[in-house]
Amino acid sequence: MTSAVSLLPPQQLEVLNDAYRKAVSRKRLRLTLATAVFVAALIVAAIGAEVNLRTLFTYFGNFISYFDRILTLEDGHRVWTDLAEWFWGWQKWLKLLGETLLISYVGTLTGAVLAFALNFFAAQNTSPGPWLRFVIRRLLEFARTVPGIVFALIFVIAFGLGPMAGVLAIAIHSTGALGKLFSEIVENADMKPVEGVRSTGASWLSCMRFAVLPQVSAGYASYALLRFEINVREASVMGFVGAGGIGQELVVAIRKFYYSDVSAILVTIIVTVFVIDICTGWLRARLFGKDARS
Amino acid sequence: MSQLPKPDTAQLRARYPDVFDRPASARLAMPAMIVAAFGVLVFGLVDLDFSPARLLSGMHQLGWITLMMLPPDPGSSLPIYLKALGETLSIALLGTTIAAVFALPVSLLAARNIIPSNLLRFPVRRFLDSIRGVDTLIWALVWINVVGLGPFAGVLAIALSDFGAFGKLFSEAIEAADKKQVEGIRASGGNALHEIRFGLMPQVLPVIAGQVLYFIESNTRSATIIGIVGAGGIGLQLAEQIRVLEWQKVSFLILMILVAVAAIDWISTKLRFAIIGQRAVA
Repeated sequence: MTSAVSLLPPQQLEVLNDAYRKAVSRKRLRLTLATAVFVAALIVAAIGAEVNLRTLFTYFGNFISYFDRILTLEDGHRVWTDLAEWFWGWQKWLKLLGETLLISYVGTLTGAVLAFALNFFAAQNTSPGPWLRFVIRRLLEFARTVPGIVFALIFVIAFGLGPMAGVLAIAIHSTGALGKLFSEIVENADMKPVEGVRSTGASWLSCMRFAVLPQVSAGYASYALLRFEINVREASVMGFVGAGGIGQELVVAIRKFYYSDVSAILVTIIVTVFVIDICTGWLRARLFGKDARS
Repeated sequence: MSQLPKPDTAQLRARYPDVFDRPASARLAMPAMIVAAFGVLVFGLVDLDFSPARLLSGMHQLGWITLMMLPPDPGSSLPIYLKALGETLSIALLGTTIAAVFALPVSLLAARNIIPSNLLRFPVRRFLDSIRGVDTLIWALVWINVVGLGPFAGVLAIALSDFGAFGKLFSEAIEAADKKQVEGIRASGGNALHEIRFGLMPQVLPVIAGQVLYFIESNTRSATIIGIVGAGGIGLQLAEQIRVLEWQKVSFLILMILVAVAAIDWISTKLRFAIIGQRAVA
């Protein structure tokens, strides 16, 4: 095949090639160095986390067979051959599942209301004073960084075992997470309406109510729905520490090796999470249009 | 002061019926939704045994606990806690890396522009969704059954649950990639693998690197709690100290977690800026 591409004269090509190789070799050197540092960090981490590949290979069969076991009924048949036997406790589980959903609902709503009350103070453009903003921001950061289940552990001791501790833990964690997101929406809001309302002699509160709120409320609702989705997952494990919901039943089933119960409860949790995801996704798309997700 | 003419409301009403006479269903929708939301809230509070008396006594209790937490004090177990914190960071780093390595090839299978057939893509997506639907703590419990108590179970739990999340995120990043470069490779005679390696990866890798860094950061948080079920790290110490009511140690451990998360946050933000540039993040 005859080449149709015209080539530069060799001496010119030489210079260009040299420059190219130099540029690429510097980049490659940096990449190699970064990779070396990363691999070193991984090795240190592997030692720190007591990684033992031999254990993994020896017992990996266990992991596969674990799923085999949780999908087998006590009489040796596959679980889906006898649904009544597989979901023998469905009444109890559905009730606990309902409790889980209620925990996440009440927790999310309380958290959203608290976050709503606090976020105007945390946003840069609407906060009445810098020191107040600093305090509120640190508070929200604290509520967000401490994991929900740690709050639950402490609340279980303060408020006693039961769903109340779970609700409060989820509410506090949601306040932190939503407060940050809400205040970011407020920071992106257009300030011209605020000036307009301000110029009529309105107070700070009226400015927020009539100038900022109409711009941001759709974003708030969208984030709150998203948070509800996350909280359903979170509430499903609150029972691990005794804070109510279906987690209690699951942890007992796993620890006591009630294999088919484990799979039944897991299936109910996964299906619930799917359904909630689809419902809130549909609701968000209906309320705020398709691109509210991002 | 000049008086403005009185607006002609009747004419305005006639001209903008949408604004003045909204149908009753549209006007009632918002209050109805609020009432419904509030109703469910009240039902929930009753059903979950909320009572002012319990709330008050709990708050009282919580106040005591907070007082007992001050000042934070590790006692003589500081070295143990530092080691546990190192373990937690190791779990987060290792788990995220393993998840990313395994998720990359799978995410190609879940991306529309690589696998156009719905038939193949659908099961891969549902598989990833199911993995994500189960919380990290549950996976930790399962892995403890397999490899025993300890941080290794935590690494595997984080790796598995992030595998689901990464699979979805990576495939979205791949779907968002520009087609022109892939077509350019194909036009110059590259095969499918060349297209992925030289057309897709250069676009996708920086995005993926950013996501992995972000997950290392958020996994530092997850890794602090998987210890609560026995999968190693600082959560184990935290849960133990809470159970024996050593509140000063508890507050010290929480402070350690906060500081560690803030430090990782700072480092990963710096790295992210270095990888994908200042503008792409903001």
